[in-house]
Amino acid sequence: MTLLSVSGIAKSFAGVHALRGVSFDLLPGEVHALVGENGAGKSTLIKVMTGAHRPDAGRIEMEGQEVVHNTPERSRALGIAAIYQQPALFPELSVAENMALGFESGGLWRRIDWTARRTRAKELLARIGARIDPDAPVSALTMPEQQMVEIAKSLGGRAKVLIMDEPTASLPEHEVGNLFRVVRELKAQGVGIIYISHRLDELYALADRVTVLRDGQSVATRPMKEVERPELIRLMVGREISAIFPKREVKQGDVVLETRGLECRASGIRGVSLSIRAGEILGLAGLVGAGRTELARVLFGLTPATGGQILLGGAPVSVRRPSDAVELGIAYVPEDRRRHGVILELPIAANTTLAILRRISKGGFLDFGRENALAASYVEKLAVKTPSIQTPAGNLSGGNQQKVALSRWLATEPKVLILDEPTQGIDVGAKAEIHKLMVDLAERGLAILMISSELPEALGMSDRVGVMRGGALVGTLSRAEATQERVLALALGHGEGAAA
Amino acid sequence: MIRRYLREWSVAAATLTLLLLLALVKPQFFSGQNLRDILVTKAYILIAAIGMTMVILARQIDISIGSQFAICGVLASLLAKWGLPLSLMIVGTLGAGALLGALNGALVAGLRLPSIVVTLATMVSLEQGIRWITGGEPVRNAANFQWLGLGQTAGEIVVLATSAAVLAAFAAGLRWLRAGRAIYATGSDPEAARLAGIRPAGVVFGVFVLMGVFSALAALLNGIQSTQGDPTSGQGLGLQAIAAVVVGGTAISGGRGTLFGTFVGFILLAVIGPALVFLQVEASWEKAIQGTIILVAVASDAINLRQRRNVGASLAAR
Repeated sequence: MTLLSVSGIAKSFAGVHALRGVSFDLLPGEVHALVGENGAGKSTLIKVMTGAHRPDAGRIEMEGQEVVHNTPERSRALGIAAIYQQPALFPELSVAENMALGFESGGLWRRIDWTARRTRAKELLARIGARIDPDAPVSALTMPEQQMVEIAKSLGGRAKVLIMDEPTASLPEHEVGNLFRVVRELKAQGVGIIYISHRLDELYALADRVTVLRDGQSVATRPMKEVERPELIRLMVGREISAIFPKREVKQGDVVLETRGLECRASGIRGVSLSIRAGEILGLAGLVGAGRTELARVLFGLTPATGGQILLGGAPVSVRRPSDAVELGIAYVPEDRRRHGVILELPIAANTTLAILRRISKGGFLDFGRENALAASYVEKLAVKTPSIQTPAGNLSGGNQQKVALSRWLATEPKVLILDEPTQGIDVGAKAEIHKLMVDLAERGLAILMISSELPEALGMSDRVGVMRGGALVGTLSRAEATQERVLALALGHGEGAAA
Repeated sequence: MIRRYLREWSVAAATLTLLLLLALVKPQFFSGQNLRDILVTKAYILIAAIGMTMVILARQIDISIGSQFAICGVLASLLAKWGLPLSLMIVGTLGAGALLGALNGALVAGLRLPSIVVTLATMVSLEQGIRWITGGEPVRNAANFQWLGLGQTAGEIVVLATSAAVLAAFAAGLRWLRAGRAIYATGSDPEAARLAGIRPAGVVFGVFVLMGVFSALAALLNGIQSTQGDPTSGQGLGLQAIAAVVVGGTAISGGRGTLFGTFVGFILLAVIGPALVFLQVEASWEKAIQGTIILVAVASDAINLRQRRNVGASLAAR
């Protein structure tokens, strides 16, 4: 009998379809893998199952009963539990307390039965063969131990369905085997497990079946043993290329930015060597967490490199802090636009000149004439829709905020422009405008490094595509070589034989 | 112009209404002497509030300024007593203020400690320190210290002129100087400021040093009006300054506000007490009314902000 089944699930956020018709079923004692690219809809699907999101359409059934109005409490009561990459425990509470929270009945003023809590915690931990002191504070445990506590906790809630989202992402190699052992044990006890991982080797080792999500749709469900890796990758890619990219061939100049064996211990960047020419757009693809944003932050001096070299126009430079980068002509438009790309309280004019205050001031005094002229010219050039250049940036739409963020960095007259997810979360029209702008900028001799999690964008806009995995640059493909399959195969570590 | 400073103008309007009411009921309130007395005796609060405005704009707080004020006041009296020339006495006092501010700044910006805890700690320890040094006794002021030896009338003019000049200079600086822009940016979003090549730690250190200098200047302008340097003075100064800043519309979360606002906030809070005296209301109501004004100011800001967010969201959705 089917344990959990969902069918025809659709969910959209502000007009963007995250899920459009997903069907999926899970049997008791089955490990069912869920795979898909960044943004394929895995996280949204989990949130629908655990009741965090209410689907716009579709049906959820648990043991044959339809679940109407799913909420986190309800799904937990039905026996659906999820554990995420980062354990979500209270660090200052003990293991036993953490395991009891949310599962003990009674009001706020009930007496706590400490002995029962402890015994229960011990039993549950024993069930998965974890030797952890129930009285230890969670903050004293290692990451793998915390994960074991989470699994034991979900068992305490009589979980029949356990959703594991990238459970091995934060585990050291030698702990992975232990996790597998626990997964197999749970499977033998009849728990259904939804297992999400980018590491294909794990899926082949554990999963009975696999479902592939693409563009918010479930495209295939197969027995794991019957799909070869290349086929799996082929199923994952092939996202519709919905936009036509305004990419033009641009005459390329000399190498502007080069890195040699760039390292950063704090952010896990390992030996990255790359180069970008004037007029070139180098796309940077990879799965979430592959180290792309981290690399950008190293190049911009936010987390300074601990090894290797950065060369600008052939000369080694030292980038210890963002102001160094600005001086050298490196500009960085960050991913989290609403938080750090623009300053929401400040007017457009002040936002535009924030990185060049030194240049628009004389003896410390700001030249408002120049500031306003500059801001007005960028508002015009980038077609920012705003009533005035004195409008606070917070009043603009996402696409227009992104243009203001771009204005700030273009105003620095950079040689290298790093764009981190430049079109994330903005509407289609604004997206096309930003793409066109990128080509114009490249034409004027700018070297552009574009981080994009959207494969069609990375392929459509770049002259070359670099692929990162685990903090290293694992391959660079020319525009002609770059296909969705090849990029994804590199990003997944397939073809190198190793699942890190 | 009016719309942009709506918040400041509404406090100004409230102040004017209060004054108008007084003019009708008690025209005596408006004797030149009375007004001058109010401004001269309270000028030191305005000076402290100017420094506090910059601290709060940078998303910090400094509650230790009362202690800084007391120390600098006593130090000024001592320096004068030891016969230092006036110019050196002034430089020495301001320098001491800068050092005290730098201590706060180094702890907050360097060690990234929360400013409320740091300045609470320095407030308490400095307070104890000065009691220990002076034995709690006031220091009798040297003859040339009072009114800087200029006599009361000229001295009062010095106090008022200095306050006005400092207010004007820093109001202009916040608007026209690169450093002013850096304070707003840091207070709005320190990470975004850092990404734009500004060094938030430097800005935070700077505003604390300035705050120390302003505490010292406040102590000087207050000290020269009395016959002795009192180690117990300055209690409550921190709260008075913060009140003026907040009533003047500066967001306690940083990044938004002006010195014009601080000035009108200061005037409103400063005239309440004397006005009550003239209206023969019991003086103990002063604090209650000031408290109410602060609450009204903060609540109206919160409501305004929510409305503006909604407008922003609907604009963004278009």
